Amino acid sequence: MSTDSAILRVAGSRQGDGAAGLAGAPVTSRGQPQAVVGVALWVFIGVATTLFTLFIAAYIMRMANADAAAIAMPSQLWLSTALLVAGSVLLRHAGVSAQRGGDGMARAWRWLMAGGACAVAFLVVQGWAWQLLLARQVGPAGNPAGSFFYVLTALHGMHVAGGMIAWAVVALRAGRSGPAGGWRIALLARYWHFLLLAWLALFASFTWITPEVARIICGVP
Amino acid sequence: MGMVIALIVIVAGSVVFQLASPWWTTPIASNWAQMDHTLTITVVITGIFFVVINLFVAYTLLRFRHRPGQRAAYQPDNHRLERWLIGVTTLGIVALLAPGLVVYADYVSPPRDALVLEVVGQQWQWRYRFAGAQGKLGFSDARFVSGANPFGLDPDDPSGADNVVVSGNEVHLPLNKPVKVLLRSHDVLHDFFVPEFRARMNIVPGQVSTFWFTPTRPGRFESMCAQLCGIGHPNMRGTVVVEDEPAFQAWLKTQPTFAALRAGAKPASAGQADSLEAKGRALAQTKGCVGCHSADGAPGAGPTWKGLYGRTEAYTDGSSVPVDESVLEREIREPQARVARGFANIMPRVDLTEDELHALVAYIKSLGAPPAPAPGTAQR
Amino acid sequence: MAYAEDDSHHDVPQTFIRKYVWSQDHKVIAVQYASVAIFVGLIGVLLSNIMRLQIGFPGVFDFITPERYYQYVTMHGMIMVIYLLTALFLGGFGNYLIPLMIGARDMVFPYMNMLSFWVYLVSVIVLLASFFAPGGPTGAGWTLYPPQAILPGTPGHEWGIILMLVSLVIFIVATTMGGLNYVTTVLQARCEGMTLLRMPLAVWGILTATVLALLAFPALFVSGVMMLLDKTLHTSFFMPAVVSMGQMSDYRGGSPLLFQHLFWFFGHPEVYIVALPAFGIVSDLISVHARKAIFGYRTMVWAIVIIGGLSFIVWAHHMFVSGMNPWFGFFFATSTLIIAVPTAIKVYNWTLTLWRGDIHLSIPMLFALAFLCTFVIGGLTGLFLGNVSVDIPLSGTYFVVAHFHMVMGVAPLLVVFGAIYHWFPKITGRMLDDRLGRWHFWVTFLGTYLIYFPMHYLGVLGMPRRYYNWEGYQFIPQSAFQLNVFITVVALAVGVMQLLFVYNLVHSAFRGVKAGANPWRAASLEWFTPQTPPQHLNWGPHLPVVHRWAYAYSVPGAAEDFIAQNAPAGDGGHEPQPYGTPEAVATR
Repeated sequence: MSTDSAILRVAGSRQGDGAAGLAGAPVTSRGQPQAVVGVALWVFIGVATTLFTLFIAAYIMRMANADAAAIAMPSQLWLSTALLVAGSVLLRHAGVSAQRGGDGMARAWRWLMAGGACAVAFLVVQGWAWQLLLARQVGPAGNPAGSFFYVLTALHGMHVAGGMIAWAVVALRAGRSGPAGGWRIALLARYWHFLLLAWLALFASFTWITPEVARIICGVP
Repeated sequence: MGMVIALIVIVAGSVVFQLASPWWTTPIASNWAQMDHTLTITVVITGIFFVVINLFVAYTLLRFRHRPGQRAAYQPDNHRLERWLIGVTTLGIVALLAPGLVVYADYVSPPRDALVLEVVGQQWQWRYRFAGAQGKLGFSDARFVSGANPFGLDPDDPSGADNVVVSGNEVHLPLNKPVKVLLRSHDVLHDFFVPEFRARMNIVPGQVSTFWFTPTRPGRFESMCAQLCGIGHPNMRGTVVVEDEPAFQAWLKTQPTFAALRAGAKPASAGQADSLEAKGRALAQTKGCVGCHSADGAPGAGPTWKGLYGRTEAYTDGSSVPVDESVLEREIREPQARVARGFANIMPRVDLTEDELHALVAYIKSLGAPPAPAPGTAQR
Repeated sequence: MAYAEDDSHHDVPQTFIRKYVWSQDHKVIAVQYASVAIFVGLIGVLLSNIMRLQIGFPGVFDFITPERYYQYVTMHGMIMVIYLLTALFLGGFGNYLIPLMIGARDMVFPYMNMLSFWVYLVSVIVLLASFFAPGGPTGAGWTLYPPQAILPGTPGHEWGIILMLVSLVIFIVATTMGGLNYVTTVLQARCEGMTLLRMPLAVWGILTATVLALLAFPALFVSGVMMLLDKTLHTSFFMPAVVSMGQMSDYRGGSPLLFQHLFWFFGHPEVYIVALPAFGIVSDLISVHARKAIFGYRTMVWAIVIIGGLSFIVWAHHMFVSGMNPWFGFFFATSTLIIAVPTAIKVYNWTLTLWRGDIHLSIPMLFALAFLCTFVIGGLTGLFLGNVSVDIPLSGTYFVVAHFHMVMGVAPLLVVFGAIYHWFPKITGRMLDDRLGRWHFWVTFLGTYLIYFPMHYLGVLGMPRRYYNWEGYQFIPQSAFQLNVFITVVALAVGVMQLLFVYNLVHSAFRGVKAGANPWRAASLEWFTPQTPPQHLNWGPHLPVVHRWAYAYSVPGAAEDFIAQNAPAGDGGHEPQPYGTPEAVATR
């Protein structure tokens, strides 16, 4: 049997637009733009997943210590979760509509705007949750549960904010490129799904990985 | 050709160096000779690979260097050879790893009847603690640490009252008896390392780490801190004295218990005169001043005390004053108020009674400048 | 973000600023990265020379206070590992070589590529700014261990450590942007016929290192952010209850070991981020200059990938004496010694490439041979430190310092030099001066061997590292101090010699002998651009088409002793069949 793995062969030689290159205008890359940006997005999602996973591992290790105490999650977090879910749904519709073309473009535009609004609302509600916790005297210093809550929600929020920059770029281009650019919205939706999954992982950790659970995981008596 | 010669010289030189150099392990003084044996096995196996590979390359260069009309062979791979090489390498690796892990299994299993020694690392000095007659070490925590209680022992824990507490960087141990070392710090990471014992471990604040060894040779051994712990790190030195059991017990009796320390007794050294300067000198040890201030002019994290008294000292705020008792007292009481030029602002505030302060100042003065010259004599 | 396909509308840059400053051309960005990295590396050399002055001649130089000494130790280490080696291999060599070696016109995201350089430059500026901050730069050692890094008693515990951590975070942003580019470009922009298994090993080494960087730097980010918060907001991620300088702190419950696990989870892959590109590049240097295909190409690829993967499960061999759970020692010693096997295979294969070759002792070949010699030593001493019980008395001594300098500082650096001598004619169209090059080579190779080989023995003796001086220790013989003097003198000479190299670079760029398109008669694709140096968009109107691997040297029956990667298929020189299959090669 060949030691040459199937993955390597599939990812290897591609029939791209070499022919077009020979015929005339210079072609810079052999991949279609949606494939190129799609791969890059997967890589970035891989990096960000590693980042959040490491933070959660640190969270578990730190929460196993005697001075950690679970904190009650502000109820606002259910609202912000719902907003993220809504954003994912809206952007998915936007991507599908945009790629269909025709009058799908107008609908796509509306879904896109709504999805962006949901993300902004998410950040606002997260800020509201922070305010509530601070009013309850749970600050970043002291109880590590509090420290991690602020760090992780801030980090996630920054990734949402970065997504808003991408959203703005996509919104500006979507007007110009018509259905051929629908893939941009589809990729944006993919990133939104990632943000939702990351948030769910964080929310679940805050809620379910209490000091007792952390101690079990770390094998601390 | 130059490269061929260079490689051969490097191989020969390195082998000769290994055999002839004066720098190898310090004479071992503990039971961990197995570590040295594993080191030797590693040297031999890696040495063989080093010599063979480098000489092979040298030979290859000699035989296959470019000459007009020469052409390289075409041999892009050879699976049998590769498999064989993987096999040999794996054998070599196993031959190295197996003894190493066997020794390590011993290292992580201290004997049950070991004498327990607690080593407390603190920027930048060592303290030690033994259990007393009760055989138990009392509870300690950072929140109890104070100038009078540098070990941070819980005053309400009855097990701690009879613990023997040793300040002053020097500790004694009985010969041929296994010692389990418990390592603690209330400030930063340290590492208690005596090269002749081979065994050591980092000290981590917030937890207790441990290692064990059996001293097998009497003598005085230098300990050092082997984890960068700030700018006093190279000055954080101690001594371990290994002696027979009766001498060790005699020494142990001269050390105060925690109860006595709390009652105000000073750690006494047998036979020391009770002069103010002698008291000050003892305090310089027990309060940790010697971590930064030398008595003999050696540079350190803080100004040397030799010649300090009477000297005009310049400060970072631009002032300069001749050093007298009041200046010294102020420096000690408020170390952050004024910093000598050329030094960092890191001197901690140390708890001292008035008597202790006077003793310390008397000691510093005794190391100071000679008495003022008679009128008419040249100033130096 | 722009991706390369848009370049059919893209204007060729005309102004000086667009061509050489705000350039999106990977070749220019590569030179920018390399220039900044070399500049900051020279600062690192200067710092190390000052450190050696203190070690060799303690007490002679008053301006080297303990505070400054530890600050220089720290800055030297961080500069060399991160800001020189990582930036140079990924941002410098990665940027220049990848598109040319795979037949692409540029990186797939040229704008982000340009951004990544300027963000890197900002990170360097922030780092160097710490020299001027109140309290000076941090002196906690490049490993920045808490709690000492942010407590009084360590230099720079106020502002220095903050600037260091901020600089690292910025660097990580730059590296992530660059890494996205390199990985996506290799996966998406290879020209027709360029399968992954026809790419030169230089690309495989840099690609794998980039994947490692993308997955490992997040750990440094996590630990850096948490330490920043411990310092600025008084959180207690890493800070237990401490009594610092007589004062009880308000920290509670944190774990210094948590930092060490996170740091070394990054730190070990980091050394492979430096080593793997060197492995890949040296394979190409040996192959070209011995006129022989690299021995066991597929094995070499698998070895790079396996080493990369294994590098994530060995980190705690840096922590054998850290006070972590002692039972971890068994696992990490085993995994560490396992990683030695694929590494040894690579050494054998380099050697077997030379065997029955036609070895030209050009300067790149000399550096490649020197790499082999020094990497063997550096790698073998790693076996001492990876074997947990042998490590116990050697940790924290000069044995460790000698090991990591040999295996990370000397060996990869020799590859850097060899690579620059090799590709300089491609980049500039001129050759580096040969005579200056040989002086540079011999002093650097022999000098670094003389510095670091004896140093191992000081470690076996027990001489501790990160010591300002060792005065008064009875167990250290006087001869050891004499050896330190010798090492210092050699180190100063080697340091000065690097200036000769820099002079050679600058002088030859303008006045060097003109090189022609392929002075080394190499087979890999980068040598076959229509112009030398390659112009913007690299390949002219037509992308190349590739019919074979990059190692068609001395093919039996061929007229020349090399066949270009993009020569017609009928010229032969195809890569060996996959082991065991009788089928013909897929693309002809």
